[in-house]
Amino acid sequence: MNAHERIGAAISAANAGGEPAVVAYLTAGFPSREHFVSDLRRIAAAADVIEIGVPFTDPMADGMTIQRSSRIALEQGVSLRWILESLEAMAPPLTTPVLLMSYLNPLLAFGLEPLARAAERAGVTGLIVPDLPFDEGETLHETLAARGLALVQMVTPVTSEERLERICARSQGFLYAVTATGTTGRTVSVPAEVTDYLDRVRRHSRIPVCAGFGIRSREQLERLRGHVDGVVVGSALVEVLERGEDPAEWLQTLRARAGA
Amino acid sequence: MSVNATEVLADLAAGRLPDAHGRFGPFGGRYVPETLIPALERLEAGVREHLHAPSFQEELSAQLTSWVGRPTALTFAARLSDEWGARIWLKREDLAHTGAHKINNALGQALLARRLGARRIVAETGAGQHGVASAAACARLGLPCIVYMGAIDMERQAPNVGRMRLLGAQVVPVTAGDRTLRAAIDEALRDWVSDPLGTYYLLGSAVGPHPYPYLVRELQAVIGREARAQFLKLAGELPEAVMACVGGGSNAIGMFHPFVGDASVEIIGVEAGGKGSELGGNAATLSYGQPGVLHGTYSMLLQDRDGQIQETHSVSAGLDYPGVGPEHALLGRIGRVRYESASDREALDAVRALCRSEGILPALESAHALAGAKRWAAAHPGGTLLVCLSGRGDKDMPTLQQTLLAENA
Repeated sequence: MNAHERIGAAISAANAGGEPAVVAYLTAGFPSREHFVSDLRRIAAAADVIEIGVPFTDPMADGMTIQRSSRIALEQGVSLRWILESLEAMAPPLTTPVLLMSYLNPLLAFGLEPLARAAERAGVTGLIVPDLPFDEGETLHETLAARGLALVQMVTPVTSEERLERICARSQGFLYAVTATGTTGRTVSVPAEVTDYLDRVRRHSRIPVCAGFGIRSREQLERLRGHVDGVVVGSALVEVLERGEDPAEWLQTLRARAGA
Repeated sequence: MSVNATEVLADLAAGRLPDAHGRFGPFGGRYVPETLIPALERLEAGVREHLHAPSFQEELSAQLTSWVGRPTALTFAARLSDEWGARIWLKREDLAHTGAHKINNALGQALLARRLGARRIVAETGAGQHGVASAAACARLGLPCIVYMGAIDMERQAPNVGRMRLLGAQVVPVTAGDRTLRAAIDEALRDWVSDPLGTYYLLGSAVGPHPYPYLVRELQAVIGREARAQFLKLAGELPEAVMACVGGGSNAIGMFHPFVGDASVEIIGVEAGGKGSELGGNAATLSYGQPGVLHGTYSMLLQDRDGQIQETHSVSAGLDYPGVGPEHALLGRIGRVRYESASDREALDAVRALCRSEGILPALESAHALAGAKRWAAAHPGGTLLVCLSGRGDKDMPTLQQTLLAENA
């Protein structure tokens, strides 16, 4: 199985129980650099896919929570190189597929070819790059694809049908459907127009569709069931870590069917 | 990526750049969240449809004449020329309405926004000049205006905060990030991402994703077109050199663009050298930066080896920015424009010199161009030099009280 195929397989396995898969985000080295690997293991045990945030000084697509976690991680000296080295050194390696989420500039500074090599060595399955739209992403896509790594693409409620078509044709791993315009972290309700949009995205996509931006509660998850293959939880989980609570426990509560 | 300087120069002079992908050679492009793509595509289509349409140009031109006060004067700086040893002309953007070149762009984009049906305008500001210009243009056209401004800049440019509020704009302090221009752009982008179709983002410099660097250049090129014609008329020939200060680079690209094809004219951009060459001590992107992506464009950037953006320093808030417009990156790469830097000290000395010799208080930003002019004059005695005096310095009084005036006391 190619690295990127592990993502889809993990999501399908979760769907077998009739529930959306959970993609869990954490900012690397937040709240503390020392606990990164142990936090990662605890979250990995309760999630289907892991998204590790590479901190950046100017996270323009992110709300206050991830801006704050990124700043604190940077203050502790967290870098892309350190993250990749930490992942490579993990023994035993994680079985949950790991994606890196990074703004483009730290990737460019690392060098795209060295990045693909280091990511493969570290067991990473792919990348999400929020400021790299589809049209500018060809070079990175090809560099990653040569090693079987995914470049996960995003679509939004304002993406045109024609563009959606083209994006779906290229996304790997899963398709990241942003639930609302805006930055990460704000609670979004799930009105019919959101589920209609997700249904439309899903009709176009040959790979799993995961909804993200503003997913915080079991109630939202219930509303999304049947309209998505997975959900991404980011800011809410970062806030759990910030409060010093157990992220695995929180994820289990999110996943538990009422009365089950 | 290597570039063929001769071909690129021909493309630039013929107006073939940016290309269809918004590229100036390797620089430029559109690196933004997917949510903003439809808004940028719509803006690009709007620019194509309206910007050079006769009805838009007539409307813009009428407002520039009757409300902005264009054309601005070209002033021969007689006493300064005697003092510094070259023949120096000043393009007086400080005389434009609201006191700086920023109004050329703000008015043009606000007119465009109205044609595109925008319900609200958001803008960022560093020194406050773009914020004031946007607030004024929006008031003139009846559009609601929200201005994001770093908390540090609000303090050092306090008079402009009051002006924006008087002009009816809502000024939102930005306390995240470095609390200067760069954080204000991040925040304005976040606002725009939340309402990409109803909000128009009125970007103030020749930076950002395509089509902004192109749009801003086209709206600011009025500076260079006027200055070139005025200079030819007054001096009977082209200047030997043209000079402007460069932060994001909007007054500079506006001044330079009409001269790029004039092979005899030396073009010089002056960046903020701040306290010196160490990382964080300046904002001289083209002198000390590396290529990278910030705020939607691939250009030169002040960054560390991990690709994290560096904090910058300059006595002038308007130049205090770690990036630079992609067209400047290309002009620097092919060697058509030479980029130098002037220190805080040189800029302050130039403020004093212009005040005393010509009775003009320049903005601290523009004073960097003057500092460059002094150096050029020393190397080219008797030479002819055109300097873009991009703005007036009234807004800098809080800083000048603590620096030049404190030294005099």
